[in-house]
Amino acid sequence: MSEELVRTERLTRHFRIGRMLSRRTLHAVDDVDLSIGRGEIVALVGESGSGKSTIARLLALVYRPTRGEIYFEGRPLSGVRRRRQRLAYSGDVPMVFQDPYSSINPAYRVSHGIVRGIALHRRDVLRRQRQKEVERVLDAVGLVPAAEMRRKFPYELSGGQRQRVGFAQALAFRPKLIIADEPVSMLDVSIRIGVLNLMSELRAREGVSFLYITHDVASARYIADRVLVMYAGHLVEEGPTEDVLQRPLHPYTQLLLSAVPDPRAELGIADATDVGEPPKVVDPKEGCRFQPRCPFAVAECAAVTPVLRHLGPGRRVACHVAEADTEERPGTLAAV
Amino acid sequence: MNAASERILEVRGLSVAYNSDGVPVVAVDDVDLELSSREFLAIVGESGCGKSTLLFAIAQLLSPPAEIVGGEVLFRGRNMVSLSRSELRSIRWRELSVVMQSAMNALNPVMTVATQMRDACKAHADMSDAEIEARSREVLRLVSIDPVHLHSYPHQLSGGMRQRAMIAMALLFTPDLVIMDEPTSALDVVAQRSLMVQIKQLQEQLGFAVIFVTHDMSLVSHFSDRLMVMYAGQVVELGATRNLFERPLHPYTRGLLEAFPSIHGPRVHLLGIAGSPPDLARPPAGCRFSPRCPEAEERCLASPPALLDTDGCLVRCLLYEQASARTPTTEARAGGAP
Repeated sequence: MSEELVRTERLTRHFRIGRMLSRRTLHAVDDVDLSIGRGEIVALVGESGSGKSTIARLLALVYRPTRGEIYFEGRPLSGVRRRRQRLAYSGDVPMVFQDPYSSINPAYRVSHGIVRGIALHRRDVLRRQRQKEVERVLDAVGLVPAAEMRRKFPYELSGGQRQRVGFAQALAFRPKLIIADEPVSMLDVSIRIGVLNLMSELRAREGVSFLYITHDVASARYIADRVLVMYAGHLVEEGPTEDVLQRPLHPYTQLLLSAVPDPRAELGIADATDVGEPPKVVDPKEGCRFQPRCPFAVAECAAVTPVLRHLGPGRRVACHVAEADTEERPGTLAAV
Repeated sequence: MNAASERILEVRGLSVAYNSDGVPVVAVDDVDLELSSREFLAIVGESGCGKSTLLFAIAQLLSPPAEIVGGEVLFRGRNMVSLSRSELRSIRWRELSVVMQSAMNALNPVMTVATQMRDACKAHADMSDAEIEARSREVLRLVSIDPVHLHSYPHQLSGGMRQRAMIAMALLFTPDLVIMDEPTSALDVVAQRSLMVQIKQLQEQLGFAVIFVTHDMSLVSHFSDRLMVMYAGQVVELGATRNLFERPLHPYTRGLLEAFPSIHGPRVHLLGIAGSPPDLARPPAGCRFSPRCPEAEERCLASPPALLDTDGCLVRCLLYEQASARTPTTEARAGGAP
């Protein structure tokens, strides 16, 4: 991995639900240690409710952690208290949202949101240089001719173009890390690839890192250097993308990969039909949260919460049963 | 497919327009379609291609400003377009049922599953409370939901269970045709996969036909018998699913297949399809895909291509004009799955 940009230490976020006597605690994210390098694209995958978006919001300072710490360029974010510091940080780490139809103000031209971002986060840019900067970022995200595009209203743009406006807004801050929360899931299939390619290009040209949050493993493989797999608020597996996808070690990752529809594969219907129910993250007990669905569970799994163990270069897995990758792995769920 | 299959649905020249602001927008343009019993037909396309409108037109669920402006829908010989409300009521649920896209919105949040099932039974059949209860439990068991959940409210069920409860309701009367509009789109991949397997198993067990609409081609690749690709309100390709994946003919189908990264094989750079789908209020002249088509020629802009038959696969593209014997669709229809 390249030089470290972001690191989290036992990052935890709980939410209180219910009231008075029925008060309970929802463990959205528990003890997550992750890191993102400079110029790296990291994919965070997992099912809905696994805590992906909570991590995004913690990193973007929308939420404060219940416990644990985030380090950005070595400095703890708990020290970011003043408005000036916050603005500087959110300029370094902007977010791009899932829904391009609701994340851009429909009443203003495209340039409006970008100019506001520049005015707020980049005080070095003089007022008269702002429009020029707008055109630079529109150009960078492929909205050309930029001079024309900046005068358009959101309703004149397609979904893919709107999502590019979202990236342009983020890019105007000269960010170091863009947090992209499901940026393509609302787009039509034929234009998704274009937005994914854009992320790769921006990394190459502008050197910006990405945390790409998705439930689509195939698209994670397409652009990410490393992949992190979340399950029920825990980080259960991480490693170089190709390693994890070709040789998944955690049983959940194996299940996830076997469920990805792939028209190129020969597949019978008799494959594993997991009708497992979502994990319990409200007042969870000790133990592995995947254990009730896990075909390889042993007694220890219900008693002790597994922590990430190093299994191979760059690879960590939170599982009592998983072993370092060997050719003769015991039975696996993955129908590859 | 066994010899026992018969034609249950025939759609002829169906066109649907949305009449707002005086300018009719033709969302479904002259669609022909046939379906045999026990067949699984998938309809794929991007948002706005008319796939859901087509489903609604088949089930006679359109509401203004949408309106059928031409063609007919023959369901087991009766023209659905001209049936009265009460005649439709005797067909709906009993012979043809619909599973909507979002169970969150389609199930009533303030009524238990049992109540909603009873409503459906009371509206469409003369059944006693005991019979209804027994049947409700039976269909829940069919979709692997423990009948203890019968008296649960929708919010007490997980997303996957809600979607399966919807399917259970659609099966109350063991219909001949179940129409599904993206039933898995709100689910994550694991739940999606198990639901697809379950739909296929139920279909084999109970013998109903399925029309399944989705935007995700790869999802149906192992489940559907035939696949129909729609673009800008028109059928652009229709053929056996395996053929379509192995030898996609229309440039749009090829583009769609190349728009999905895979988790297997080499990592290749993909381009997707340039541009975006057309505005149906002002469809492009000639072939509607031509502005985005990498193989478009001048003649593509001149005249709209007809749906051509090439080896049992229908394709709307001039590239195949010589290959086919210039047969318009009305004469050469692709029959049921081989």
